[in-house]
Amino acid sequence: MRALDVKGFIGLEEAIELIRSEFEGRPDELIPMLQRVQNAIGYLPEEALLEIARATRLPAARIFGVVTFYAQFRLRPVGKYIIRVCRGTACHVSGSALILQDIQNHLQVAPGQTTKDGLFTLETVACFGSCALAPVVVVNDSVYGLMDSLKTRKLIEEIREKHGAIVARAGVEKGDRNGLRIFEG
Amino acid sequence: MKAVTLTIDGRAISVPNGSTVLDAIRKAGIYVPTLCHDAVLKPYGACRLCIVQIKGMRGLPTSCTTPVAEGMVVTTETEEIQRIRRTIVELAIANHPYGCLVCDKSEECELLNVARYVGAQQSSVDRMRRASLNKAVDTSNPAFDFDPNKCILCGKCVRICNEVVGRGAIDFAYRGQNTLVCTFGGRPLALSACQNCGECVEYCPTGALSAKQTIIPQREVKTVCPYCGVGCSMLLGVRGQKIVRVRAAKENSVNTEGLCVKGRYGLDFVNHPDRLTRPLIRRDDAPKGAARRKPADDFREADWNEALDRVAQGLARVRDESGADAIGVISSAKCTNEDNYIIQKFARAALGTNNVDHCARLCHASTVAAALAAFGDGAMSNSISDIDCANVLFVIGSNTTECHPIIGRRIKRAVKFNGAKLIVADPRSIELAEMADVHLNHFPGTDIALLNGIMREIVTRNLYDKKFVTERCEDFEPFLESLDRYPLEAVEEATGVAREKIQQAAMVFGKAKRAAVLYGMGITQHTTGTDNVKAVANLLMLTGNLGRRGTGFSPLRGQNNVQGSCDMGALPTVFPGYQRVSDPQVRAKFEQAWGRKLSDQPGRTLTEMFQTIHDDKIKALYVVGENPTLSEPDAEHAKGALAKLDFLVVQDIFLTETAQMADVVLPATSFAEKDGTFTNTERRVQLVRKAIEPLGETRVDWQIIADVSARMGYPMNYSSAADIMEEVAQLTPIYGGIHYDRLENGGLQWPCWNRRHKGTPILHKDKFTRGRGKFHVVHDNPPAELPTRAYPLVLNTGRILEHWHTGSMSHRSRVLEAIASESSIEISHVDAAQLGIEEGDTVSVSSRRGTVRTKARKTGRVKPGEAFMAFHWWDAPANLLTNPVLDPQAKIPEFKVASVRTMLAVLERAAEDNAFLSALAENPAGILKSYDLTPEHRSALMNGDIAAIEKWVGPLEERLKVWLKARLKQENLAEV
Ligand code: SF4
Ligand code: SF4
Ligand code: SF4
Ligand code: FES
Ligand code: FES
Repeated sequence: MRALDVKGFIGLEEAIELIRSEFEGRPDELIPMLQRVQNAIGYLPEEALLEIARATRLPAARIFGVVTFYAQFRLRPVGKYIIRVCRGTACHVSGSALILQDIQNHLQVAPGQTTKDGLFTLETVACFGSCALAPVVVVNDSVYGLMDSLKTRKLIEEIREKHGAIVARAGVEKGDRNGLRIFEG
Repeated sequence: MKAVTLTIDGRAISVPNGSTVLDAIRKAGIYVPTLCHDAVLKPYGACRLCIVQIKGMRGLPTSCTTPVAEGMVVTTETEEIQRIRRTIVELAIANHPYGCLVCDKSEECELLNVARYVGAQQSSVDRMRRASLNKAVDTSNPAFDFDPNKCILCGKCVRICNEVVGRGAIDFAYRGQNTLVCTFGGRPLALSACQNCGECVEYCPTGALSAKQTIIPQREVKTVCPYCGVGCSMLLGVRGQKIVRVRAAKENSVNTEGLCVKGRYGLDFVNHPDRLTRPLIRRDDAPKGAARRKPADDFREADWNEALDRVAQGLARVRDESGADAIGVISSAKCTNEDNYIIQKFARAALGTNNVDHCARLCHASTVAAALAAFGDGAMSNSISDIDCANVLFVIGSNTTECHPIIGRRIKRAVKFNGAKLIVADPRSIELAEMADVHLNHFPGTDIALLNGIMREIVTRNLYDKKFVTERCEDFEPFLESLDRYPLEAVEEATGVAREKIQQAAMVFGKAKRAAVLYGMGITQHTTGTDNVKAVANLLMLTGNLGRRGTGFSPLRGQNNVQGSCDMGALPTVFPGYQRVSDPQVRAKFEQAWGRKLSDQPGRTLTEMFQTIHDDKIKALYVVGENPTLSEPDAEHAKGALAKLDFLVVQDIFLTETAQMADVVLPATSFAEKDGTFTNTERRVQLVRKAIEPLGETRVDWQIIADVSARMGYPMNYSSAADIMEEVAQLTPIYGGIHYDRLENGGLQWPCWNRRHKGTPILHKDKFTRGRGKFHVVHDNPPAELPTRAYPLVLNTGRILEHWHTGSMSHRSRVLEAIASESSIEISHVDAAQLGIEEGDTVSVSSRRGTVRTKARKTGRVKPGEAFMAFHWWDAPANLLTNPVLDPQAKIPEFKVASVRTMLAVLERAAEDNAFLSALAENPAGILKSYDLTPEHRSALMNGDIAAIEKWVGPLEERLKVWLKARLKQENLAEV
């Protein structure tokens, strides 16, 4: 089995500091700023958007407009594991819709939502460019090809177990704010 | 500009270079449907309805975004164009409800017009129709609703809010079918950055944005806003005798940016049921100040004859017994020029005293004094539109976007779109400070140190205008020397502003080709007010920023007609047009015109009147349209003075807190019920036109005064307001050319010497009014009251966007009151944390003069150690707290600096009889260490055991328990 990666995020204050220190505040830096913050916190909290508004002197409503226009930006926190199911043509004909339906039932979330325990976020994607492996499911940055419902379920449960073990062993919950990357032992 | 000629539908037409094809089409008088275009907005090209065919160009370009070119051949309609336009409109309606019959906007709906014009087909609309029209309607705003189902995404509202209002409260969000006009975070408008100005509503071509109460007016009357000194032109929409709608009138360059929330939605006070409609006389059994029952019960209604007789007799008695100088007359900056002229004439000629003043004493007396000394004219030197041409705008002591909103918009536009640099000096982080290039957040009352520091830097860096200084000014040398006392380090220390920022401000201002200084009460309302203004004058002369377009000295006058009231001589030392009462020649002129011997003794100022009532020197007061019980500093003192008077007449539109103390109350008309003129902050005399008949038995101010005057043996006969202005023009050189027939198109700016003179947009062009501009040596002086241990916070007072002064008008507006119904105090997060105060807590604020209760608002706008309160509320009158010390030169009070302390209201109540709590409340952490506590008490405190503490100090309120727990944590008792 391959590496299991956990997303590690920093706190809001640090992210705000980051906006101040890494950017000049030019309006054309808006998209990079948003990307940077989202990478660091995992999503775009309102306070961060307001800080970006202050830094760039763009109206907050404009920034909200940009954030909601691009599918890549998220306004709500994400889970530690982002499960992306491909809905591209190749994956579709190989049954990705069934996989998606099954995960939805299994995790009780719709695409774009995060499980109550904050562990998984479900998303869909237009095509990963790994059509040869269709249907494709991606967890964080790891690609899993030739999937079906059963395999996906198993994968999810495996992740859940391993995550539990890691937390128990290393106290990741505390450490993960510092961007820790954990590999299975 | 060069003209370009093109052909439109076969006709040749010439337009200036830089016009769009649409401009040319319109000029040719041809209709082309548009939905997203407006002349005040930048070209956008979203709706594609305005497509045309242009020879030699591919496709069908949108005429609203295509610039004209010489020899273009344009066809505005072909069959193809017709077909495309129809489809566009059908698509727009396909997702639009069919409720036109009951839509409030249908009368002016552009979508409907366009649909008719292109001939939209029901069958094709039905085919394209999507089923769901279920987006939620936002009804949170008190003035208007937003129904996204009716929105056609033309983007006008978004662009208006950005480009014209400069606010950017709304924008497009999401995409594709879900695209929506949306606030930040999708909040309801009422909780968003929206300032409720309604500009977007006026431009929205559909019913998506529409006013809550839409009654279609029968007629519209052009007049001037009665709120602030900007003097926006507006159209009052009248139905019957009611104002039902207000729109901006594009009359002149004053308010190209529309109207603010007060002007558009704040005029329903005119038709408010509280309006006085009959004269009132105090009942014999209702002594003043007793306030035993409802204020109105202290009075009985009377007819005009009886009331006017009473007034005339009451004033005559005081005059006969104690002399004319025992009477004071307070005129009103809310009244017209004509009213003010008659009021001061009444005081001077009928009564025989120069005791006439008005609220300018409380706002810009220091400006008038200082600018007269420096330049020879006490008014704004340039025009509002000069803001557009300046390279640098320096705003000091003015929260322009809230207090002069339309000028605020102009500043924002200049900064955003003309690349003007902005320097803001204000202790608070106001809206303009957030967009400023440099924000100097100096300590309150250190303006002179700051300005002198900046000037010294300008001189050291050799950035000053030597030519201007030598050729046009005098007394430069001593001034230059005086700057030696302001090296950067000293200024940094005095003002709390980092030296880099001072240097930066000096560089930006010093290097500017055209720079203007705009200031407000933050400069004038200090014991050093006059000197502050002189420092501003020095800065402008030093850098040669006077007498040219895009430069200038800009005191932003507060009241709608405070400039006019000063011009009309409602001041104790001058006749109309600033002609001194002490000048025998001037006096002779007025004596001849008015047929009476006139006093050469300067009268008492407004602030002095209140002080001398206590010494029995003033026994009767005639107050027109002012509310000094709330507007005077140390209001308790002012109220005591009013109660002590032998005779008080109040002429107003409401039974104000001041009127409640009166012997006789005379009901006047509002601005909407009379003709006249207001003079705005840029010296522009503008026509006020009667829109409705006087309510009930109310009468116009000048007519009431004229009647009293006649009863006192000095009849004044005028047939109309215009008639009065004729007399003003004869006696007042600067108004020499002001005649009503010349004011129809946007008004005139004084000085306007004669009928042919076109008015003066820019003063001091080639020479100053007084000849040479005079430099004054001014030095930094601390405010009269400094923070102490007992009163550690510096309280600043002022206004907010939604209310006006003592609120007798704005509190009676449904919309304004809904937006801001409660007073509050702004305190910093740091102080709030230290005092254990949470957002929304009721706190008690005390100064050496009094205590008020209000709601706490934690904000980053004020610095730690400072606080801000507006003075609009009678139940939390900030002026109970303010310090009545006066600027010795202009007698203006120091409204901007008072030392106060704030405390949780529940705590204050509890601490009154509880030494332990008051020790905790008043002292910094660690106080309990010095207490000799019993072991049980100590452990109760240590563990925050509230139950045990209650046993000992008695029951505590919930909020207090929470506070105590937090407070005990700071004590660190465990370490003892
Ligand atoms: S009311 Fe004024 S501030 Fe509010 S969204 Fe409309 S234009 Fe902007
Ligand atoms: S709300 Fe009105 S102005 Fe704004 S985009 Fe919709 S239709 Fe246009
Ligand atoms: S800016 Fe002043 S004059 Fe203009 S609408 Fe607002 S209150 Fe009236
Ligand atoms: S279609 Fe799924 S990876 Fe391309
Ligand atoms: S008016 Fe030209 S594109 Fe809308």
